[in-house]
Amino acid sequence: MNDSKVSKAVFVALAFLALAAFPAVSGQYGLDLATKIMVFAIFALSLELLVGTTGLVCFGQAAFLGIGAYSTVLLSPPDQAGSVLWLLPAAMLLAGGYALAVGALSLRTKGVYFIMVTLAFAQMAYYVAHDTPLGGGTDGIYLLMKPGVGDWLDLDKPLVLYQFTLACLLVTFAFLALLGRSRFGRALAGIRVNEQRMRATGFSTYPYKLAAFVISGALSALAGFLFAVKGGYVNPELMGWHVSGEVLIIVILGGLGHLRGALIGAFAFALLQEFFKSEAIFGEFAKHWHLGLGLTIIASVALLPRGLVGVPGQIAARLHGTALGEASSAAKAGGSHGGH
Amino acid sequence: MDVTTFLIQCLNSLQYGLLLFLVASGLTLIFGIMGVINLAHGSFYMVGAYLAFSLAPVVGATIGGGFFATLLVGVVLAVLFGYFLEWAFFSFLYEREHLQQVLMTYGLILVFEELRSLLVGDDVHGVQPPDILNGSIALGEMMTYPVYRLFMSGVCLALALGMYFVFTRTRLGMMIRAGSTNREMVQSLGIDIKFLYRVVFAAGVAIAVLAGMVAAPVSSVYPGMGSTVLIICFVVVVIGGIGSIRGALFASLLIGFVDTFGKVLLPSAAGVLVYVLMALILLWKPDGLFKAG
Repeated sequence: MNDSKVSKAVFVALAFLALAAFPAVSGQYGLDLATKIMVFAIFALSLELLVGTTGLVCFGQAAFLGIGAYSTVLLSPPDQAGSVLWLLPAAMLLAGGYALAVGALSLRTKGVYFIMVTLAFAQMAYYVAHDTPLGGGTDGIYLLMKPGVGDWLDLDKPLVLYQFTLACLLVTFAFLALLGRSRFGRALAGIRVNEQRMRATGFSTYPYKLAAFVISGALSALAGFLFAVKGGYVNPELMGWHVSGEVLIIVILGGLGHLRGALIGAFAFALLQEFFKSEAIFGEFAKHWHLGLGLTIIASVALLPRGLVGVPGQIAARLHGTALGEASSAAKAGGSHGGH
Repeated sequence: MDVTTFLIQCLNSLQYGLLLFLVASGLTLIFGIMGVINLAHGSFYMVGAYLAFSLAPVVGATIGGGFFATLLVGVVLAVLFGYFLEWAFFSFLYEREHLQQVLMTYGLILVFEELRSLLVGDDVHGVQPPDILNGSIALGEMMTYPVYRLFMSGVCLALALGMYFVFTRTRLGMMIRAGSTNREMVQSLGIDIKFLYRVVFAAGVAIAVLAGMVAAPVSSVYPGMGSTVLIICFVVVVIGGIGSIRGALFASLLIGFVDTFGKVLLPSAAGVLVYVLMALILLWKPDGLFKAG
């Protein structure tokens, strides 16, 4: 383990410790906001597996989130609290099944065509929820009784939901980190760097990509489950293309190819929104918060070519007066070229 | 459905399809030639519609007014605007990954929408068509069709023909076609590719703005109109095949007809029809119908 690996591990560990300690210092509002951001972080991590790791730009991720959320609400018994133990797996299985079907078809296309086919399938899911009475149509449906497990896990309590969401985030992060180190993860990285060469070395790339797609869909459904439980309400807008676009923006803003990029992106995006929406700081102008957010995003593209995760590298390069960051990223690309 | 209704729906489909073509052609050119995924392209359409609304009184006060003078001023402004945008925000993006461009143009959408909200407000506005085009013509015994919609189709058709002429018959068109096939080769032949890109971008912006201005009297002017048209235009671009003007024309008309007749015949499934069509076409032809190059 070299220095930079240690510092990354320390960063992630500190971030999770801070999140675990956060409820002790925060009020109701902070707890609510942090829960919301963590749900989005799980969602962003699921997309990072496709975009950052495998190089598949999916523009229909919201469909998996929506299917997770809708199945949680629709499968919950109306008169009593459902059990997390089967609601959550059911939601993930349904979204995974949908991802299997969508992936099997869309992976026939590449590049921008893939982006648009995934969008098309997500829009179909959107219109099914929007135009059929299945999920309450445009009005959406309410989750009357929040699920739990017996007496010891009651997700109706904000603090319990916060801790449960944090645990889910930690498990998702650890799972994806382990996946990235496995043979399967290396193969996905190889597909991102050069799919032709992977095929030439004897990998049938299609099943690998499809498996990544299904895992990503199921993880998005985890975020969808948490979303439905937190808000107690789902409507078709959850599956709209704005949501798919927003999570893609989060992943790119954070920095592609790094799990902590999705984490940082989710927090940065949400906190920037809160900042520019704050009437205490901007007064009347706060209702035009999109302007500040948009300008910040534009500045980040101009100044941070590798996203927010690249910032320490850029600072180090500046301090050493060399293009150290460039060199290390080039070495990394070369390394994944050489793997397998 | 009787013959007259059918005819009217055909005219509507044609007009919608041609309008889509105007916006989508700029998108497919900018993508095909410059390799930039421009999410902000729908905003140019929105900017056009708002220009038609807010420029008319200004033009009226200064140079006597009239709908056509407003159109002309709007297009000139749009070319300057596109030229500036390419210089300020896009010229350093070509070497970067596509996704960085996506992020940049997403930021631009937010900025354009908020500037629009700051300058013009969030109300829905109507725009009056000019008096000479404000009538209707009779179709059959009962039905009439507004002249302005015919005028829109005419403008779109004229622009499509003009673009076809520029592409196939002029030196500029030759350079653009060559630039989309092989950037380095064009550069080594002594053509200023940066200038060429700036011209293509400015032209794409101007056409989208013009489309917005022409559409304003029919569609009215409302916040968020850019993003709706953007997604549909992306559908058009991929169905037609990226970079292909011919494909964009065909796909626009296809979407125009499917969407219009879908709303009449299958109102409950109208929204999804376009996407089902796109998915089917891309599964059949993964590179679109008319792949360029």
